[in-house]
Amino acid sequence: MEQKNKNSKKPSYSRFSQQELPAWKPILTPGWVIASFLTIGALFIPIGLVALSASDTVVEIIDRYDEDCVPDAYSKNPESFIQDPDIKKTCVRSLRVPKKMVAPIFVYYQLENFYQNHRRFVKSRSDKQLRDPEAKNDTYNCFPEARTADNKPIVPCGLIAWSLFNDTYKLSTRGKPITIDKKGIAWKSDTKVKFGSNVYPKDFQKGGLIGGAKLDEKVPLSEQEDLIVWMRTAALPNFRKLYGKIDIDLEAHETVKAEVENNYNTYKFGGRKKLVLSTTTWIGGKNDFLGVAYITVGGLCLFMAINFILLYVFRPRRLGDPSYLSWNRLPIA
Amino acid sequence: DVAFVIDGWALEIALKYYRKAFTELAILSRTAICCRVTPSQKAQLLSIVNAKHMKAPCGAKLIRVGVLEILVELLKSCDYRTLAIGDGGNDVRMIQQADIGVGISGREGLQAARAADYSIGKFRFLKRLILVHGRYSYNRTAFLSQYSFYKSLLICFIQIFFSFVSGVSGTSLFNSVSLMAYNVFYTSIPVLVSVLDKDLSEKTVMQHPQILYYCQAGRLLNPTTFAGWFGRALFHAIVVFVITIHSYAFEKSELEEVSMVALSGCVWLQVFVVTLETNSFTKLQHLAIWGNLVVFYMINWIVSALPRSGMYTIMFRLCRQPSYWNTMFLIVAAGMGPVLALKYFRYTYRSSKINILQQAERLGGPILSLGNIEPQTRALDNDLAPLSISQSKNGRNSVFEPLLSDSPNAVRRSFGPGATFDFFQSQPKSSTYSRNKDN
Repeated sequence: MEQKNKNSKKPSYSRFSQQELPAWKPILTPGWVIASFLTIGALFIPIGLVALSASDTVVEIIDRYDEDCVPDAYSKNPESFIQDPDIKKTCVRSLRVPKKMVAPIFVYYQLENFYQNHRRFVKSRSDKQLRDPEAKNDTYNCFPEARTADNKPIVPCGLIAWSLFNDTYKLSTRGKPITIDKKGIAWKSDTKVKFGSNVYPKDFQKGGLIGGAKLDEKVPLSEQEDLIVWMRTAALPNFRKLYGKIDIDLEAHETVKAEVENNYNTYKFGGRKKLVLSTTTWIGGKNDFLGVAYITVGGLCLFMAINFILLYVFRPRRLGDPSYLSWNRLPIA
Repeated sequence: DVAFVIDGWALEIALKYYRKAFTELAILSRTAICCRVTPSQKAQLLSIVNAKHMKAPCGAKLIRVGVLEILVELLKSCDYRTLAIGDGGNDVRMIQQADIGVGISGREGLQAARAADYSIGKFRFLKRLILVHGRYSYNRTAFLSQYSFYKSLLICFIQIFFSFVSGVSGTSLFNSVSLMAYNVFYTSIPVLVSVLDKDLSEKTVMQHPQILYYCQAGRLLNPTTFAGWFGRALFHAIVVFVITIHSYAFEKSELEEVSMVALSGCVWLQVFVVTLETNSFTKLQHLAIWGNLVVFYMINWIVSALPRSGMYTIMFRLCRQPSYWNTMFLIVAAGMGPVLALKYFRYTYRSSKINILQQAERLGGPILSLGNIEPQTRALDNDLAPLSISQSKNGRNSVFEPLLSDSPNAVRRSFGPGATFDFFQSQPKSSTYSRNKDN
């Protein structure tokens, strides 16, 4: 900052460069802090109650079938049961409807201890190949499911596609089969853009190890909705994926019979399979977490507000009291 | 609390004959002012001290020539922060030697000014340089450096927690576009405008220069404060991670969506952390902080509109879901609630001296009014208010307090009774403090 008498070198003045912009300088006064905690508490507890009640209206049936669907002869060695192609894998389960379920009812398969978020699994795909039939040789990320033994590219390549879930479910109630609508279960953006409508599966699951379902080579990838749903990798090891939709209501205390084809081998790694039927609300499926968390946070905020009020009433401290400054205190003589 | 003033001749004699005692004096005193050292004395001293190696009591070797350079080197070797100010060519070496060199540009030319770290126009500007600008600079640097660690630690901790649920395989929760944009676009702009942040106005600082002691010696940037920011990063990472994976569970659990929810949570928390740590909000700060949030959403909408990106349609889907917004507000409340409560508690019941002055400066009433926008006036080169003690309200026998509790000699401040602190200049309620300007 040079300043000469002649003012010839004085820098031009602006409020910004001299740091004199008008500023709002708030301080934390008890009034504001207590008011904000009270507001948050007052807002969050009703929201939490609303969320909790929405989650309570969701009716959910969960049925774990991977242990019971292995016949007793193979219960010590379920893998050999699964891997044997000649044994019939059909298994009949009966599910009880606890409360009335209003259509649409969603059918999910839930897998547990299945790490779709493992790094080598997540990267084992080729998005270019899925979109574009010309790019079928783009398989460098897909090892070990990239090429067949005679070096032809696998479409779709990669471990994600190879491990496609292949259990099937047929539901029936009171003797009549329930149609499960399997159209429209994948994201629209995926079916339109990510998976090409002129890309067809080729040489898929032809190797020695079969990882999951086989694909119909006459159906383009954009219509293979099960594959599309499966290739949306899940973030956690316990996840649910949409299998289909039911468009009829299910009455309370009804018994739904589920005919399960127990094909998928989760026994090798200790995974668990569950069949889930669930209704949804504006907040999604059954999830108490948001409701409970909102109520907890709201309650804690109210608790803090009350504490601060008590502190303010019983132990007031004047803000900006200069006698607290150390250089204002009396010395010891 | 001792200061000594010594001129050239006396300094020469002291260094020649009473070096040990002089060094002890230098260590004991807080401030040393040396003046009137002429070049001829320096030349004489050359022959006296032999201009080669001299052992300082603190174990360092002195290889400088001039008197003041010797002194500066001595003090530096005893771990003092030295500031040298000069205006002529003969001061250049001393200026370069000291930790902070201040050159005065003026009568004797520009040599000293060019060699210095800071150059000022007049000697009296030194007070503003140290008290006002040095203080602000220290505050802002402390905040900026710790905040930068905090925002990176936040992302790192979330990645670490995610690795626990992904089989410790090294999956990155966030995609590369998000990670790159996070450091550059989403979190850097609010702190760029923190160079305008002022915790106390210049007038207050000039009136209470003792506040400078609370901005020295690592008061604002030390292992304790860093541990505080580290703990905050850990706590916020836990909050974001736990809330995200529980509210986006089962059928909503999709890697891209969970990643974007976690990132949004981080960015929202950053915004409020910066808001809480900022002391003065100019228009630019408002623009940077809230505009940053808008920019975050805009960039993500743009990326979500590109069909080839991995994030195609993710942000649009999320913004349409009520549970996304619920999750955001929950993250902000759960993350900032404890921080706000702790800060308020410390501010009110364990106020630091800076806080007390802040409160005194800004209290127009118990509730802050939004109309409290004041243009910050130019600092006048006022004289200091006379330093003295005010009568304590109920005559309690206060204890003395060392200004720097970790200084090697905690000294008492003793002042004579007399004039009182001219604190509240216009507040009628400060009736216990009498305005008495005659010291």
